[in-house]
Amino acid sequence: MPDAAVVARTAEICREHAGREGALLPILHAVQSDFGHVPALALPIVAKALGVAVAEVQGVVGFYHDFRAAPPGRHVLKICRAEACQAMGGTALADAAKAQLGVDWHGTSEGGVTLEPVFCLGLCAAAPAAMLNGVLAARIDPTRLAEMLAEVGA
Amino acid sequence: MKIFVPADAAARALGADAVATAIAAAAERRDVTVQIVRNGSRGMVWLEPLVEVETPEGRQAFGPFAPGDAESLFDAPSVHPKALGLTEEIPFLKRQTRVTFARVGVIDPVDLVDYEVNGGLTGLRHALHLGPDATIAEVTESGLRGRGGAGFPTGIKWRTVANAPGAQKYIVCNADEGDSGSFADRMLIEGDPFSLIEGMAIAGFAVGADRGYVYLRSEYPDAIAVLDRAIILARVAGLLGQSVLGSDYAFDMEVRVGAGAYVCGEETSLLNSIEGKRGTVRAKPPLPALQGLWAKPTVVNNVLSLATVPMVLAQGGAQYCSFGTGRSRGTIPLQLAGNVRFAGLFEAPFGLTLGEIVNDIGGGTATGRPLKAVQVGGPLGAWFPPALFDTAFGYEEYAAAGGLIGHAGIVVVDDTADMAAFARFAMEFCAIESCGKCTPCRIGAVRGVETLDRIAAGDAAATPLLRDLCETMRLGSLCALGGFTPFPVLSALNHFPQDFARSKEAAE
Ligand SMILES: Cc1cc2nc3c(=O)[nH]c(=O)nc-3n(C[C@H](O)[C@H](O)[C@H](O)COP(=O)(O)O)c2cc1C
Ligand code: FES
Repeated sequence: MPDAAVVARTAEICREHAGREGALLPILHAVQSDFGHVPALALPIVAKALGVAVAEVQGVVGFYHDFRAAPPGRHVLKICRAEACQAMGGTALADAAKAQLGVDWHGTSEGGVTLEPVFCLGLCAAAPAAMLNGVLAARIDPTRLAEMLAEVGA
Repeated sequence: MKIFVPADAAARALGADAVATAIAAAAERRDVTVQIVRNGSRGMVWLEPLVEVETPEGRQAFGPFAPGDAESLFDAPSVHPKALGLTEEIPFLKRQTRVTFARVGVIDPVDLVDYEVNGGLTGLRHALHLGPDATIAEVTESGLRGRGGAGFPTGIKWRTVANAPGAQKYIVCNADEGDSGSFADRMLIEGDPFSLIEGMAIAGFAVGADRGYVYLRSEYPDAIAVLDRAIILARVAGLLGQSVLGSDYAFDMEVRVGAGAYVCGEETSLLNSIEGKRGTVRAKPPLPALQGLWAKPTVVNNVLSLATVPMVLAQGGAQYCSFGTGRSRGTIPLQLAGNVRFAGLFEAPFGLTLGEIVNDIGGGTATGRPLKAVQVGGPLGAWFPPALFDTAFGYEEYAAAGGLIGHAGIVVVDDTADMAAFARFAMEFCAIESCGKCTPCRIGAVRGVETLDRIAAGDAAATPLLRDLCETMRLGSLCALGGFTPFPVLSALNHFPQDFARSKEAAE
């Protein structure tokens, strides 16, 4: 997306949240949902709209695991690393995903799949769990995971 | 013909949407008119997707249901290969005492009429009739304690906020539910969102707050969508707004989505996050009850604490208090997770022993292998070996056994589990999630990982170091993230020393 479009869209998002108490997180979520990440270009615009320093916005973006500084691949695969999933083979599932994609956590495969860890998806009674492009999947094994990736063309 | 197919996130993650589509298509082929209700989950997750068909005798259950099972549902339901009989007669459900979860899985979650027909709004109406003071008294009498982990009496917290000076006060619902093994908040919001809205409206009335926020984690997209929708419906129906249920009390609320930080479940970090700041922990005092959101008096309560309040008001505090054991009154929605055969949600009065919970109710491990240990209360909770399975489920009972009940998530592992690896994970998790404000947590957790690696490499001298480090974290951390991480670490070391020794042998 061209810089001017990022600037314009970010300013529009800020206007949509004008006057809202504690608007920073909702704004950042909206920015990321549009661009897939929070572009550096967006920070000064958000800071100005809220009347805070750019460094403060930067600090908030950096604090939360959800916000990405760079665009992810075409697909985002999140695999749960937490205890209940570990109890049902979650670590082996993650290892299989890393091997298949040829990346470690936070890496993006040649096929455009970004692998991210997540600590619990609330599917702990149907472990192990994962989320592919926002769609939840439970009680999966490496075979099912490979199918899921194939289904989205990754 | 009325058919229920859960839209609960776990049911959907196990294929419920495809099941609903297949049932609708099969019905159309046969020219049968069906009404498909997307309900919450009954909590028997090993049977999901659990389809129910309404009959004159009651709801008949079928599960775990696959799209291919749809055709025969219309042929001969009684001999359907997935038939489970009447839902209410399934032992796992029949043995429960459902108070907080009474409507979850039963009603259409976003149908306010269905909610009211099933007892909804009785509590709020009663509160409006009683007045704020008597409402707080009722909650206090119920013995209800915070379900988010710390177990603080809800009525006393409300009284503090009610008495605090100030025109602007807030109700904040903690729906951050970051604990592994926990999913009750999610199930409640997806299955009965109006009970949370009603509970928050009662809280606002009781303490004099006109505004509420639900801080809901981003990992729960379905719950966010359901609650957003329910709030809109509640406004339209006059349950929220300038005149709640026609009274002169005004209350409105909105959802704020988290951003993937575990520590934001800690109440002061959560308040910073809603304010649009980094989610660092605030020093206490001041208590959030006196200076919370934007420094205004604020009730911060867990989803389950708030969603239980309508029932307390509807049935009376004494009735709720009649359940339970010791100082743990009422019921607790237990969440059976990980390597357990009958995984899901089981609501029961406090007091069951851990052995009853994981063996009788949970049916032992899912793999069928011997059960090795159980972690109660999330990533900051202790591991319990079978030798401690006679511990009764209650706040004080768990503290006495060297643990905590937390949010009542229970993670089971079998004999293949490596407890040294779980101890290392606990430290790693603390290091990743530390808000960075205090040194014992921020640096201690990193040192903890290193020290556990030394132990794994066979360095016996590292074990006392680990104990020292845990003591420093326990005593010096600002909040329970650093303060309680020693629970899973030391319980693993104390109850399963052979796992730490085994890694030593492997290294030699
Ligand atoms: C690191 C940490 C994480 C927490 N996470 C949660 C959580 O996800 N949900 C919750 O309700 N309480 C959580 N708590 C407890 C809250 O600080 C607070 O005690 C609770 O929200 C109060 O509500 P209650 O009295 O209804 O339990 C957490 C505490 C700590 C220290
Ligand atoms: S621990 Fe993986 S979904 Fe909860």
